[in-house]
Amino acid sequence: MNANGFAVDLVTSVGGNLGSVARSLTRLGVNFNAVDAGNPPDGSRPIILPGVGAFGAVMSSLRAGGFDQTISSLVKAGTPFLGVCVGMQILFDCSEEAPGVAGLGLVKGNVVKFTQGKVPQTGWNEVRPVNDTSWPSGFVYFVNSYYAKPDCANPESDSVILYEADYFGKFCAAVSVGNITAFQFHPEKSGEFGEGLLKRWVSDVV
Amino acid sequence: MLSSGLCKRIIPCLDVANGRTVKGVKFQNLRDIGDPVELAIEYQRQGADELMFLDISASREERSTVFDLVRSVAEHLAIPFTVGGGISKLDDVKKLLSLGADKVSINSSAVQRPQLIAEIAEACGSQCCVVAIDARKVGCDSLSSESATTKSSTIRSSTNRSNGAAWEVLTKGGTVSTGLDAWVWAQQCVELGAGEFMLTSWDTDGTQEGFDIEMVLAFSGLPIPVIASGGAKNPQSFVDVFSLGQADAALAASIFHDGLFTVNQVKTTLKNEGITVRLC
Repeated sequence: MNANGFAVDLVTSVGGNLGSVARSLTRLGVNFNAVDAGNPPDGSRPIILPGVGAFGAVMSSLRAGGFDQTISSLVKAGTPFLGVCVGMQILFDCSEEAPGVAGLGLVKGNVVKFTQGKVPQTGWNEVRPVNDTSWPSGFVYFVNSYYAKPDCANPESDSVILYEADYFGKFCAAVSVGNITAFQFHPEKSGEFGEGLLKRWVSDVV
Repeated sequence: MLSSGLCKRIIPCLDVANGRTVKGVKFQNLRDIGDPVELAIEYQRQGADELMFLDISASREERSTVFDLVRSVAEHLAIPFTVGGGISKLDDVKKLLSLGADKVSINSSAVQRPQLIAEIAEACGSQCCVVAIDARKVGCDSLSSESATTKSSTIRSSTNRSNGAAWEVLTKGGTVSTGLDAWVWAQQCVELGAGEFMLTSWDTDGTQEGFDIEMVLAFSGLPIPVIASGGAKNPQSFVDVFSLGQADAALAASIFHDGLFTVNQVKTTLKNEGITVRLC
């Protein structure tokens, strides 16, 4: 992939720390432009939202200055979007982590807590592609207490699942719907395989 | 029964002082091992699941080098890493995380001021708060004469395990006996918001006689992951600590630093024994 001159808009977390996704993009040779409520994206570049922290906290920081609306409108208008970790969870309608707090609602379903095993799930787990097998199987690094559950009443819900994995039962590890891609795991902390997934996404949206 | 697909983790540990990698035998007799960033990249290539950097710098000036080290490691590494050693303030934790560390490990400072665990969990999340517990079996007489000496009668709390075994928490690199029951301390850490334990057996650390299976098993039922540390001898040590000790992860230094075995060799043995690991 020739990423020279290509750039994405990277949403900074609270406190302005760009974090590990930024370092990973740098290693991959992808330029990024830090965006936030004061310097919002304009839809000319794909958007990456690496969520750090809790569902409620991330939503309330996104709501400041109506930034959530900015992102939602751009995504609805077709701007490629990649959510990572809590950045995946906030795409859904709501979460058990923050009852009463609405997510962006861009993907139908809710976010629920693991009920078995040590929580958070901490470590490497194998993800398997569900629908689009052009995405490879492999091991990725997870740190999550909650996972997204695409709406079961929706006949299209199965088709949004990109990756599934096992943690005392199957769970949805990634979704792909239209211009939206989201990983519950940390591709930027998942070695060569994880960086391969980031590269794949970048080359898909260039 | 539903299974967890989660892999058992192998974590090489790099002891660093003044920006260089060293490894202590029983935390003494240091010998230079090499450049930490190069070693880190090599371990990532070998298939390490995470890395631990333990700063054993003697002075405050030396310790400040860890910040540059973390920045440099974060630039090059695409797997998670933890930094420990001498961390006693929330500000230091925030700085290390912002420079790219994924987790911090606290030990003596948490025993002195347990609230530090809650502060880290609240500000940065439990997932980044590893509590390291150095412990020694009470009444065990295998300690060398220069190690800390404590009478079992000073243990403040009685054991609540069926076999009657108890372990005492040691701090300051094993030199200070706290009289604290490690099981009681571990429970307190969980309540305060610890995200993982790194459990080092003072009875086996540096001996290369295998992990302390009895101790690891005793703590494996805790609701957060347990990283076993101390005593790795060969790939079989890892098989034992996962299958018999029920550890979630295992940490080792000498066995890897000395080139006796690669991480990948250990993982291949584990896989052949039916233990779920990530092979790259």
